[in-house]
Amino acid sequence: MEFWGYKRSDGRAGIRNHVLILPTCACGSESARIVASQVRGAVNIVFNSGCSDVQANTDMSQKILTGFACNPNVYGAVIIGLGCETVPHQKLREKIQSMTDKPIVSFGIQDEGGTLRTIEKAVRAARDMAAAASMQRRERCQMSNLLMGIECGGSDATSGIASNPAVGELSDLLVYMGASTMMSESIEWIGAEHVLARRAATPEIHDQIVRICERYEAHLKAAGQDCRAGQPTPGNKAGGLSTIDEKSLGCIRKGGTRPIVEVLEQAERPTKNGAIVMDTAGYDISSVTSMVAGGCNAIVFTTGRGTPTGNAIVPVLKVTANAQTYKWMEDNMDVDLSGIIDGKLTINTAGRQLLDRLIEVCNGRLTKAEAYGFSDIAIDHVCRFV
Amino acid sequence: MARAIVLNAKDNVATCTSDVNAGGVIECLGGAFDVLKTVEAIPIWHKVALAPIEKGAKVIKYGETIGEALVDIPKGAWVSHENIFSVPRAYRDEYINRKE
Repeated sequence: MEFWGYKRSDGRAGIRNHVLILPTCACGSESARIVASQVRGAVNIVFNSGCSDVQANTDMSQKILTGFACNPNVYGAVIIGLGCETVPHQKLREKIQSMTDKPIVSFGIQDEGGTLRTIEKAVRAARDMAAAASMQRRERCQMSNLLMGIECGGSDATSGIASNPAVGELSDLLVYMGASTMMSESIEWIGAEHVLARRAATPEIHDQIVRICERYEAHLKAAGQDCRAGQPTPGNKAGGLSTIDEKSLGCIRKGGTRPIVEVLEQAERPTKNGAIVMDTAGYDISSVTSMVAGGCNAIVFTTGRGTPTGNAIVPVLKVTANAQTYKWMEDNMDVDLSGIIDGKLTINTAGRQLLDRLIEVCNGRLTKAEAYGFSDIAIDHVCRFV
Repeated sequence: MARAIVLNAKDNVATCTSDVNAGGVIECLGGAFDVLKTVEAIPIWHKVALAPIEKGAKVIKYGETIGEALVDIPKGAWVSHENIFSVPRAYRDEYINRKE
């Protein structure tokens, strides 16, 4: 099996060819939005910090911003900064340019003399970049160029019973074909970490998985919080999930059964091929943000209660096995797997159906969230603003 | 007849695939239990006890512990966040290479 993608010079491949309008800080976000709205082929993200942060928060934000620009779905980036932020536009540009040779330009609102002058220059740059991107043709790509992020959000009991096992089957199929998959949301391993850790390819990876959960609980405890108070969420409880353990045991099924070959920190790029896990928050939008920064070029997202979420750079394919949710929120759902609950569809067949749909998305088919132009983002924080 | 899904032979709860009234009869699929009568109304996607679960006993789904009972839960009762709780993990016992 192959897909049609955009080959990048670093050996990776995109399934989209976006021009990314990237703010360095909150003060550049509105200008970035206006620039993207003026140029077909451009997408923007909203970044709500970039200033008055402690070093650990800045490090996290920088990993996300540079990871977004380097994501293989991005052709090139136009950076918009202010001038007095923690990491100004020139520095961010140089950093990204040291990581990738794709076209990157940057502007500062204070340098240019206000937003209108900045927007004018940035629109011209984005327009020319989009024109160049439009000349690039899709080429046949090996499945090893696919890195699928696996996410769930708005879970109910159907997630763990049906849609997550189906996505797990998809993940196994992809790994078998040489692609890689990435599962995250480590807080939703808690209570099931002993089951997940059994998939570890090495004893070290086994212990890394347990350690991530132990540290996550300790981190929240240090802030006076209990992970069991926020998990499951009120929506999960209403959907029949009673404890974090029950939620986690259902969550981890979406990662499939193949050996876990690598454990990543948030927004880190994999070095191995196969089934990978990343230590991220259980907050779905933050988790997707980190996986996109880590280089995922497609996201498959299971839900029980329904969610509209989408990402600017990477298509998010929404899957549910809750028949009522599919019917009620069809405008936000891409795939209906409720046949599994009714006993009309096997997990194996569902996995194959998902593979066919995923390949269509890789080849250019828009997901619903993508067609609406959704651009959700949430960057995990270590502590308060200063 | 209303249905409930049993995910593992060890499980003492099943997931209802529709709203069930008190006294309703549920056909349980996937496990050793065939039919059972509910003692209270259970909402769609929520759990029904397949056997009596004593206070402090483990609640099992997916063949794994999902929590412990806060009260005695009779067979056919609604099992939810109101009557079970999550037990803190014993991480230190899980490491292959135990750290000090």
